Amino acid sequence: MGKLLKRNEFILFCILLLFACFVGFVNTGFWSPLNIFSLLKSSVVMGIFAIGTLMVILSGGIDISFPAFSVFSFYITVKYLVAIKYQGTILLPFVLAVFIGMSLGLVNAFLISKFRLAPLIVTLGTGSAVTGFLRAFVGTGIIPNLPSSMVAFSRMNILNTALPDGSIASLSVSIFLFLGLAVGAAFFLKYTTLGRGIYAFGGDPVAALRVGFNPIKIQCFVYGMAGALAGAAGIVHSSLIRQANPRDLEGFEMEIIASVVLGGASLTGGKGTVLGTVLGVFILVLIKSSLILVGIPSDWQKVVVGAVLITATVATAYRMKRHA
Amino acid sequence: MLIALKNICKGFAGVEVLKNVSLSIASGEIRCLAGENGCGKSTLIKILSGVYTPDAGSIALGGREYRALRPIDAIRGGVQVIYQDFSLFPNLTVAENLALNTQVSKGKTFVDWKEMRTTASESLEEIGVSIDLKKLVGDLSVADKQIVAIARALLHNARLIVMDEPTTALTQKEVGALFSIIKKLKEAGISILFVSHKMREMLDISEKITIMRNGAIVSEGEIEKYDARAITYHMTGHSIDEVRFEGAATEGDVPLLRVEKLGKSGVFKDISFSLRAGEILGVTGLLGCGRTELALSLFGREPADTGRIFRDGKEVVVGSVQDAMARNIAYVPEDRLTEGLFLAQSITRNLFSATYDRFTNAAGILDTSTIRSEASEMLRGFDIATPNSNNPVRSLSGGNQQRVVLARWMSTKACILVLNGPTVGVDVGSKFEIHKKLREIARSGVAIMLFSDDLQELISNCNRILVMHKGSIVCELGGASLQENDIIDCLRRLS
Repeated sequence: MGKLLKRNEFILFCILLLFACFVGFVNTGFWSPLNIFSLLKSSVVMGIFAIGTLMVILSGGIDISFPAFSVFSFYITVKYLVAIKYQGTILLPFVLAVFIGMSLGLVNAFLISKFRLAPLIVTLGTGSAVTGFLRAFVGTGIIPNLPSSMVAFSRMNILNTALPDGSIASLSVSIFLFLGLAVGAAFFLKYTTLGRGIYAFGGDPVAALRVGFNPIKIQCFVYGMAGALAGAAGIVHSSLIRQANPRDLEGFEMEIIASVVLGGASLTGGKGTVLGTVLGVFILVLIKSSLILVGIPSDWQKVVVGAVLITATVATAYRMKRHA
Repeated sequence: MLIALKNICKGFAGVEVLKNVSLSIASGEIRCLAGENGCGKSTLIKILSGVYTPDAGSIALGGREYRALRPIDAIRGGVQVIYQDFSLFPNLTVAENLALNTQVSKGKTFVDWKEMRTTASESLEEIGVSIDLKKLVGDLSVADKQIVAIARALLHNARLIVMDEPTTALTQKEVGALFSIIKKLKEAGISILFVSHKMREMLDISEKITIMRNGAIVSEGEIEKYDARAITYHMTGHSIDEVRFEGAATEGDVPLLRVEKLGKSGVFKDISFSLRAGEILGVTGLLGCGRTELALSLFGREPADTGRIFRDGKEVVVGSVQDAMARNIAYVPEDRLTEGLFLAQSITRNLFSATYDRFTNAAGILDTSTIRSEASEMLRGFDIATPNSNNPVRSLSGGNQQRVVLARWMSTKACILVLNGPTVGVDVGSKFEIHKKLREIARSGVAIMLFSDDLQELISNCNRILVMHKGSIVCELGGASLQENDIIDCLRRLS
């Protein structure tokens, strides 16, 4: 029991609960199914990104190119599918975007592992280059009519609850995509040799090499996975807002990194869990949306995200210091 | 023979590092490999473990003869090297650190946690120690980390374990525990190759000793035939006789530094002593006795909470490093690599990093020609061997690096020099040179405080020795008849 209380995830869960109670107290509309479902829906895209980012951070790296990769993947996919008047299932958009995202992620991995460059610089560069390339050669216009399967995906709901005023609140199935990926990632990180290799590599790269891990394989996996998940998150994002806008998701990397760090991951690598990350995402989404609910102007969101990032980093650093 | 190296030669970029070296180790033998820094010890170890391929010669291991031994052959032949940094994962548990290797080498896709825990606890049982398997390795003491590293080596069916300076960061008690593990391994037929700088340990634990100098083996034989003097002679090529330092401390004068009831909560308390010009005052005590903290507080790094400090009889406040430097107090840290030097920066920059103010003109521009000429003067004065003072400090040997730190602080015109473990990890020859320099500095009227573990070093260089225990000074030893055993007795009575 004492151990549970000390666990980072438990503390995060308490913060989440306390925060929800506070907001619910100020604004009773908070606990309505409509609001809860919408909060869950808005955590899906962030959550999928965060899982990829967590893996990169666990390996001791950092990736700030994924929002650019995500936009690149979904915009090209949608543009192509609209051009060929695609009528098939949602599967192909996902496969295409994941493939594009993964390929871009492997470019990061190649540059980082082959030339031993700093991940921050590499991903800063590739992210910027990919954004520029997209706008110069593919287009800058918003595509308003998505393939029908993507629209259908955004309408796929469960738990349809009738509200007193007669409207219906429903939960998007996309939340299951997020939770499914989270469970898969948690299993992967805990029970596969490659998953443990990511932790080992983040803890001490030289020691990982001596134990017999292949550092190139590990880096290809984490950056490739971050890219692939960015592609998938892009399709979900584009479906949910029912358009493909190449100017979306700019500056999103800060929020994602903030939520992963808030979830207890250490930026020096080797420390962090999927559960913590999921809770971190929920807390950040809750903070952002409740600022609106309690009547704080939306411009303040950026200030709050910045403050959360710094507070979370300070808290992790402080805990580590006390630990030592 | 378990392993036999025959006529090994190895060179790098035209420089011969190993010249015709032959070494064979029998099963269950504890062998000590001694030699100064740069004598080729580490190259030899890398050849044993297959990291380097020799230019000439052959290696016989496990009944096979290799011309080029690969790392995987060495591991299969039972050669395990415990590196100085242990090569462990601080962020993973003890169990995983121990067993991950086995899981990887079995080529498993999925990790079997239950099997990992069993493997881990069995390997610890084998050497008769118990460490909580669920603890993170980063939270363990250095001694426990080392035990984990040894246990991990055993999991690879180790037949020869190479330990590179295994006792550097251990307390006396922990060294004892390590030695009993080594003896247990010997009984199990495992050979140990032990690399150390510490004379006492070499003589205590090893059965045979191999001494290297300039890339060749100069002496080899049963340990009984050697004593500290003989080992030093073979390592350095000449005999070193350190005579005791006869201090020139002047009685009656106002002490350069007087400390009264200095205290820092939870670390040390009631520390009082005085320090006179020309004196070398030793401070020792077991690890964790508060001596490092005391040294840091005198330099203002972690100021004391209570008590008073007098400099030349006047009370002063030492609340920061700047305060200490303004009072001409200098500090040479224990870990020169992380605390004392900018490793990637040039030797010149390191020499002057504390004194750049002196070389700037009114506009704040550095006078490079003066710096250059003073630098070459300092290199000469402190016998720092380098072809070019623009080379990074990293390119110097340990002894030379330590002298750079010393030279830097002497250039601040320090009157009080606080040294914390000045010869940790420095080989015999350089150690002797550093001691010579310290005495010279003391004779010039500087007061030196020498914080050290090395009892021989304290006895031969200090006028008086303060022994600390649990944050207090418990006794003061001194006099020409003082022996190493007197301090050991004093420490033993305390613990």
